[in-house]
Amino acid sequence: MDWQGQKLCEQLMMIMLIGFSIVGFIAGYSTGSYQMMLFVYATGVVISSLISVPNWGFYNRHPLKWLDPIEFEKNPKPEILVSKKKITKSNRK
Amino acid sequence: MHSFGYRANALLTFSITILAIMCTMGSLSDNFNSPTPTSQVQVLNINWFQRQPNGNDEVSLTLNVSANLQSMFTWNTKQDFVFLAAEYETPLNNLNQVSLWDGIIPSKEHAKFWIHTTNKYRFTDQGHNLRGKDFNLTLHWHVMPKTGKMFEDKIVMTGYRLPQEYR
Repeated sequence: MDWQGQKLCEQLMMIMLIGFSIVGFIAGYSTGSYQMMLFVYATGVVISSLISVPNWGFYNRHPLKWLDPIEFEKNPKPEILVSKKKITKSNRK
Repeated sequence: MHSFGYRANALLTFSITILAIMCTMGSLSDNFNSPTPTSQVQVLNINWFQRQPNGNDEVSLTLNVSANLQSMFTWNTKQDFVFLAAEYETPLNNLNQVSLWDGIIPSKEHAKFWIHTTNKYRFTDQGHNLRGKDFNLTLHWHVMPKTGKMFEDKIVMTGYRLPQEYR
């Protein structure tokens, strides 16, 4: 998931959850049933989790463009010189 | 929001926060309801009226309780607890409350009822002050919500008097 996708995902999640909660509250209050409110909201939570939790393709439309590896090729990493030390008895103590 | 676990966590916490807000609003919505319950109690008979060996007065009554409590049920009401108390004054205590009958009303359909009963719990005084005593019968109720605040109120019914003599 790229940066744009993360923003979109978070906004979608918030809008959907708040929307479902408002719809659920109105539905429950108008039908006089608490169960109705909880049912509508639980359905909303399931739907929004299906939409916003998995890494769907439309969250990956803006892939990050990294720099070309030219700079790296121009300046290759220096080789690391490994100095071997022998462990002697006097070092141990 | 970069990984599956973070998204699942964000969704869970946000959805539970909203659920808490919804339940709070559901509880607050009960304040828009102003119940107008009605109740009537008749004392049909005084079955016995005696002084116990330990010196306390005890009465047994036959009551006819009718009530319409439907208006106190809202969408957020789980059940109502109702009890009928005899209330009177004695030299020792300003307010004596003796519960005579109680009941749990599980739904709005059961909230309009009448019941013919003797007192479910003993009507016993602390002492021997009941002869010729005026008392109130008070219907108390506690509305138990599904979420949020519990409400309570009462209807006071006056004009009952016990006889002058034991029987």
